[in-house]
Amino acid sequence: MNAVPLGHWLLLTTALFGVGAAGVLLRRNVMIVLMSVELMLNAVNIALVAAARAHGQIEGQLFVFFSLTVAAAEVAVGLALVVAIWRSLGRTDVDDVSVMHG
Amino acid sequence: MSAEVLLFYVVGALLLLSAGAMIRSNDPVHAALWMVGNFLLTAVLYLVLQAPFIAAVQVIVYAGAIMVLFLFVVMLLGAQPMTRSEPIAGHRATAVFGLVALVALLSVAVARAPAAGRMPPPLTGDFGSPEAIGQALFTDWVLPFEWVSLMLLVALIGAVMIARFGSQSEDPEETSG
Amino acid sequence: MPTFIPLLPLVLALPLAGVVLLVLFGGRIGGRASGWLATTMVGFAFLLSLAIAFEYEGLREAPASSGTEADHALDDEGSHSVEEHGASPEWPVIERKLWRWMRVNRSLPLVVAAEPLAVGDTIDETMLDIVDVPYTDALGILDLSISVHRMWSADQALGLVARDAIEVGEVLSDMNVSAGADQIRPLGIPEAVGDFSLDVGLRLDWLSVLMLLVITGVGFLIHIYSTGYMAHDPDRRRYFTYLNLFVFSMLVLVLGSSFLTLFVGWELVGACSYLLIGFWHRSEANASAGRKAFIVNRIGDLAFLVGMMLLWTHFGSLAFGDVLPRAAELTGLAAIAAPLLLLGGATGKSAQIPLYVWLPDAMAGPTPVSALIHAATMVTAGVYMIARVHPLFDNAPGAMAAVAVVGGATALIAALIALVQVDIKRVLAYSTVSQLGYMFMAVGSGAYVAGVFHLMTHAFFKALLFLGAGSLMHAMEHGAEHAGEHPEALDGIPYEQDMRHMGGLLRRAPRTGWTFLIGGLALAGVFPLAGFWSKDEILLEVLAHGGGLYTALYAVGLLTAFLTALYTGRQLLLVLFGEPRSEAAAQAGESPLSMTVPLIVLAVLSIVGGLPVLSALGAPFPERLGDVLGHHAVEGLDKIVLALIASAAALAGLGLAWWMYGRRVPDLGLMAGRAGAASRVLWGKLYVDEAYHILFVAPFVRIARVLWKFVDNGLVDGAVNGVGRSLLAAGQWSRRWQGGRVRGYGLSILLGAALMVAWLFVAAP
Repeated sequence: MNAVPLGHWLLLTTALFGVGAAGVLLRRNVMIVLMSVELMLNAVNIALVAAARAHGQIEGQLFVFFSLTVAAAEVAVGLALVVAIWRSLGRTDVDDVSVMHG
Repeated sequence: MSAEVLLFYVVGALLLLSAGAMIRSNDPVHAALWMVGNFLLTAVLYLVLQAPFIAAVQVIVYAGAIMVLFLFVVMLLGAQPMTRSEPIAGHRATAVFGLVALVALLSVAVARAPAAGRMPPPLTGDFGSPEAIGQALFTDWVLPFEWVSLMLLVALIGAVMIARFGSQSEDPEETSG
Repeated sequence: MPTFIPLLPLVLALPLAGVVLLVLFGGRIGGRASGWLATTMVGFAFLLSLAIAFEYEGLREAPASSGTEADHALDDEGSHSVEEHGASPEWPVIERKLWRWMRVNRSLPLVVAAEPLAVGDTIDETMLDIVDVPYTDALGILDLSISVHRMWSADQALGLVARDAIEVGEVLSDMNVSAGADQIRPLGIPEAVGDFSLDVGLRLDWLSVLMLLVITGVGFLIHIYSTGYMAHDPDRRRYFTYLNLFVFSMLVLVLGSSFLTLFVGWELVGACSYLLIGFWHRSEANASAGRKAFIVNRIGDLAFLVGMMLLWTHFGSLAFGDVLPRAAELTGLAAIAAPLLLLGGATGKSAQIPLYVWLPDAMAGPTPVSALIHAATMVTAGVYMIARVHPLFDNAPGAMAAVAVVGGATALIAALIALVQVDIKRVLAYSTVSQLGYMFMAVGSGAYVAGVFHLMTHAFFKALLFLGAGSLMHAMEHGAEHAGEHPEALDGIPYEQDMRHMGGLLRRAPRTGWTFLIGGLALAGVFPLAGFWSKDEILLEVLAHGGGLYTALYAVGLLTAFLTALYTGRQLLLVLFGEPRSEAAAQAGESPLSMTVPLIVLAVLSIVGGLPVLSALGAPFPERLGDVLGHHAVEGLDKIVLALIASAAALAGLGLAWWMYGRRVPDLGLMAGRAGAASRVLWGKLYVDEAYHILFVAPFVRIARVLWKFVDNGLVDGAVNGVGRSLLAAGQWSRRWQGGRVRGYGLSILLGAALMVAWLFVAAP
């Protein structure tokens, strides 16, 4: 056996995605939540690159390129929000950000 | 067992461990450091997958720029009280159940997929090289590329606006000044 | 060249204009002006009616040339003459179509779906409907020749008309949209029936002319009287609005040229009656009297409605001109059921057994209303209706006998109850029921002319009596004010209506008193007043009809005549003669001229109204009515002897009344049901109200209570509340997912994603 089948890659990324989702759902600190989101994106990126490798198609890597760009933008906006929240509330607990409830 | 397979299992395990350590960290600085480790391990996996350009971008953008951004914000906000208690009744149990269910379902789906057993084909020399990526990016994918650049501009302006004016009314210094 | 007959719709329009003006401007012009506005409207309507009557008289034609000449004489296409009787009538029946109300045409297809009908025979088989748009031509005055029917092609009919057709069809023909088919198929139209159309139209013959004169004439006098009687009522404007509306409605009833138009008027007068009985609605008793009248009338109206439907299924038309000449075509069950159902309607409106109970309570309304609606006009609608549709009754001797028996029994029982009443208005109320029974007896004997004749004379003297009673009550109130003390109410009867407090009013209020006396004697049937002639005519006709049943009815009629004279004499003696029995009566004063002038006019009519040569129009009265209702020659009976017998009965009644109440001071302690068992039962009105309460009202209330408690509160409200509560619970539950917490939303996304993946497993092969 000199190569890893696609399924194994996908199982790895599924597990990584699950860990990231757990961070998003279980942690309340907004910084760690944001990092966990990055983790989930990362898992998807690995899956895309693995698929590109398995199919021999470069487009998978291009998607990752775009995804990285979007992730950068997301982090920029997300951190700006964190700063704004911290300024108005003095805390960065996601449960405190609940002014949208009906 | 080839080096590629060995790398996959070792690096994959480390990847999951670093992710777990990250989400369990109480200190955001620790979490950020675990995340850097995670991203670097990801870059290794990209190399295994014949994507040297993506690996480079991963290191530069993620482990470099984004990580610095995170650390800046952490530094700006200072030490925050980090409680692990769960105020919403039933949330944690439901979340764990949902996570397990989703991961299990996805795993079964992956295992049953016909493409799961697909082995990577032999590749031409420049697959995943900056030249190849650039070739595709600026020919077939030039329009999405431009759209993404526009989106980055919008995000930049938005981030500045939010961080600068987002909480103006609540900020006593801003309103009085 | 007729000038006034084409103005017939104006007679209807005048009181209606009064209603509109009073509703719009009554508040601005005040109560007094409202009264005179209403009176003027009815006055003009009366003058126009007189002109129409005289002009109609001039349309008499030779029996040979039937109809065509009249068509030429009337230069409008909306009018045409109708041959109705085999015995060629001398006056044309004029029918004027005002506008087309509805039309159901089976020959033109109405395609609801876009799919067109292709084959001709499909069109024949499907009964499809086109309803054309009703048009008005300014009440038919300006241009009577408009006959434009807007025909709709199938395409045009798609939208609005399709809906209208369904609406009309639901009312008229139990239409439904057959599943899978593209057409609307009216199920109720029998195969034999062709196109169905219904026009709002007016019909002029001697019957409606006579009713027209009675309604507008008596109505005019009562309007004048009301301006005096209601002078101090703050709600005069409302009163006169209702009164004008009533006159309009009654005219619709008598002028309508079809069953349905008649029924519209029939319901409108019922509504006006309800509104006016409960006019002083702040008293619970008045309001419930109004309700009682309304509900009892509805029972009769239901029978009428069913009867109308029955006629329609057989004739495919509801116009008098279509149905009545073909009345003999009815056979079997329908022949007897249709007139009986119509009789059911008539017993409600005309207060006959078993539905008479509302009329005595209807005296809760203002007295002029009792005179106009509950004595002179509305309650005679049943008699009018039976006379109008008499071919249907001629066709069914059994139904005729039922009418006569109902009338005879009502006449006798009401007269008996009237014997013991002490309320001046209640005596008159029961008397009205009794006299209406007389009229039913007449029409039930085929003597339609006599019935309508009595209707007219009764309108004169009973309106006179009611108005006189109102005037006397006015006088009593005046006297009480003067004396400074109000006599106490006995047995729950207000002092001013209680005959026990009256007495000697002839001297105190001479104009009212003398006219009241004339009215009473006319009611009693004293020669030569109006009541004598019409009552004599009825008794004669009943006996002439022959057969054991009718001979027995003749005896009942004679007994009723005796009783009528007895209770009338009793009333006259208690009210007008003897010594005043209260300070109020001793110091009573005469009413103003606006009230007494109508009394005098009605008194004159009560004297001369019955004379066979009444007609200033030339020919004897029965001949004109007979033109519509059929000539009826009575032979083989000695009219003089019968008249003498009837007169003897009346005089005996009056004599007995004098012997009981006039000879010496009457014993008031024996009145109001205190003179033994018989009087107690009569005072209790034979306990019919109580029986109805136990038999119908109480079970109905119980059923209603069950429906209220269990069905409505439990099931219906329970279902509604249950829906509300479950929605509330769902909201309470689901708001947890909308708590504004980001992680909550995240969890929802995660669970949703898990479910989607799970669904993929299920859905994938």
